[in-house]
Amino acid sequence: MTAELEIVLIAVVTAVAAALPGTYLVLRRTAMVSDAISHAILPGIVIAFFLTHDLNSPFLLLAAAATGVLTVFLIESLMRSRLVPEDASIGLVFPLLFSIGVILISRYAGDVHLDTDSVLLGELAFAPFDRMVLAGVDLGPRALWTMGAILVLNLGFILLAWKELKLATVDASLAALLGFSPAVIHYSLMAMVSLTAVGAFDAVGSILVVALMIAPPATAYLLVDRFAPMLWVGATVAALSAVLGYLVAFLLDVSIAGSMAVACGVVFALALALAPRRGLFAQARRRSAQRLDLGVRMLVVHLLHHQDTPAATEECRLPGLHHHLQWSEARTRQVVGEAEHRNLVERAGDLLLATTEGRRLAEVAIVGEAGG
Amino acid sequence: MDLFGDYTLRLVAVGSAVLGATSGALGSFAYLRRQSLLGDAVSHAALPGIALAFMLTSSKMPLVMVLGAALAGWLATLVVGVIVSRSRVPFDSALGMVLAVFFGFGLVLLTHLQKRSDAAQAGLDSFLFGQAASLLRRDVVTMSVLGVAALIIVAVMWKEFKLLSFDPEFAASLGMPVRKLNGLLTVLLVLAIVIGLQTVGVVLMSAMIVAPAAAARQWSRRLAPMVAIAAGIGMFSGVAGSVASAVVPRLPTGPTIVLVLSAAVMVSLLGAPGRGLLWRWIRLGDVSRSVDLDPVLMHLYALSMQHEDDPEHGHSVAVLRTMSRADADVAGALESLADRGLALRTESGLWAPTPIGRREARRRVDAETEDTR
Repeated sequence: MTAELEIVLIAVVTAVAAALPGTYLVLRRTAMVSDAISHAILPGIVIAFFLTHDLNSPFLLLAAAATGVLTVFLIESLMRSRLVPEDASIGLVFPLLFSIGVILISRYAGDVHLDTDSVLLGELAFAPFDRMVLAGVDLGPRALWTMGAILVLNLGFILLAWKELKLATVDASLAALLGFSPAVIHYSLMAMVSLTAVGAFDAVGSILVVALMIAPPATAYLLVDRFAPMLWVGATVAALSAVLGYLVAFLLDVSIAGSMAVACGVVFALALALAPRRGLFAQARRRSAQRLDLGVRMLVVHLLHHQDTPAATEECRLPGLHHHLQWSEARTRQVVGEAEHRNLVERAGDLLLATTEGRRLAEVAIVGEAGG
Repeated sequence: MDLFGDYTLRLVAVGSAVLGATSGALGSFAYLRRQSLLGDAVSHAALPGIALAFMLTSSKMPLVMVLGAALAGWLATLVVGVIVSRSRVPFDSALGMVLAVFFGFGLVLLTHLQKRSDAAQAGLDSFLFGQAASLLRRDVVTMSVLGVAALIIVAVMWKEFKLLSFDPEFAASLGMPVRKLNGLLTVLLVLAIVIGLQTVGVVLMSAMIVAPAAAARQWSRRLAPMVAIAAGIGMFSGVAGSVASAVVPRLPTGPTIVLVLSAAVMVSLLGAPGRGLLWRWIRLGDVSRSVDLDPVLMHLYALSMQHEDDPEHGHSVAVLRTMSRADADVAGALESLADRGLALRTESGLWAPTPIGRREARRRVDAETEDTR
């Protein structure tokens, strides 16, 4: 396997592993907690590193995951004291923990392989150099094994606790009523987020983990409605963004992690613009269709109101119509065209008259469906 | 210490004081408007602005950098606004996404810049964690001018911003241009954030917005003192942190400032009179711990409100019993309230709250209404 292929594989596995717990974060409206956790686990990693002197020790993963859960606990304790609102609690806890981590690194770890840049930014390009060697056999890059294990763990947890997670996400109070502890589910989910954040830390750094966790599920949220599709659409989008990001980074020779985050953002922007029902274009099209339909109704009502009166020659005359309806000429032309197309009006020389169908529509528009 | 060190320190101190005061004051509004995390998004999102400004102009003029950062930060708030108003993606997801994607774009630009052979781009990465010692005279002048301008605008628009923070609907009903005021306040917040980026760094600048306000909120429930205290705390932490990091080697500025800030927040959360946790625990033998005392005291207070001319008017145990839960030990609760000096038995065997008891009950009512606001 070439180094490039290994990098792409690690990127895809990381992105998918992050998107799975991210789906629940987006739906539970706790997305910013992932930002807090991914920053706050730093002191856990650093302290565990000082104790073990081994960046690859599994103890590091555990320590960081524990720090992540501690972070969530601290945020919630602050909230429960009712002295600080939720958003500020998040904003108070993680900068403190992150700062402790950064200061520990820059004071005491200056000469080892643990510097603030790599922590913050990650460097996927170096991942293939760190091999997993067992009994002299090269089994591939270590990051691939770590992230693969985390991916399997996340998948297993979601499958095992599928019903509980779904219920606690959609209706926490119903879950509590049925005897599932929302707190247990919540903290298990947070442990999953922490573990994923630590694993992804090496590869993409603490800030871009957030992009991988939130953007693909948010994209899926624009495209599908049901739970299971959200998970797999999110995972697919994540994998796609990872490959796309790597390609761009490879071509331009820039940060892989950064370019993956940008790819996530671009894919989300595309979905935001083009999503079949919820996209901005679909919204705009729907709005203009409604506007046109409203115009047609107003036109036939106007015609019906005037066409059998002596003022008809003035009020229903095509050239002056825009004046009476107080529309622009372009809009009048567009609405008349649409009404003709739907056989609601017909021309009689200079005059525009409602057809039978047009009359019926106008009556419905005035008195409502039941009366007409 | 030599003259050069002295001069640098003075410069650093002035710069940090300005940024602390500005972010403290504007952070108070963000805090009250539940926009604390917007600061996080804006500061991260400023990174591509800084990099782009440098790429386009090849200059590290502070005004250019600040302008680039401010434009990117402002753009980020607009994007968050569009996502939230035009799709069903919730606010926090939009924030997190914009933060990380903008930051990622910033990284892409920075790594692209690092390939340049000229050394001109050196120092751009000090924007990540802040480097107070890298402040030059022109940086401090730019920061001061912008910071003071922002503070003056806040002072001029005080009444509008106050209303906007507490009751935007009412502000709209008075015919205030709420949308424009919102936009102006956001722009000022962005400004307060970007002038701190060089000192504190994009990663931790959000703490300068949240922490002083959260600490100040514990000491005052009125806006003007809160803003003043927040500005003071911001100034103190900024100066203490950046001077410490300029003097001690290998002590990054942003994290050091955050440590000082966090200490201020902890002291405020624990010790602020009336509201602080310590006060809550020790106040009057911890009335709230015992189940029946609290409601009985509140009932006594409610009854005494009926007799405003004579608050010490007595009430019978039977009345209090009908007001309480069926299994409550009302008589016992009254005795222990009396032991604590919160209630007294009148000569005819009836009960009334003491002045201290009334004050304690009023404080709870206030705390309650405040929490539900």
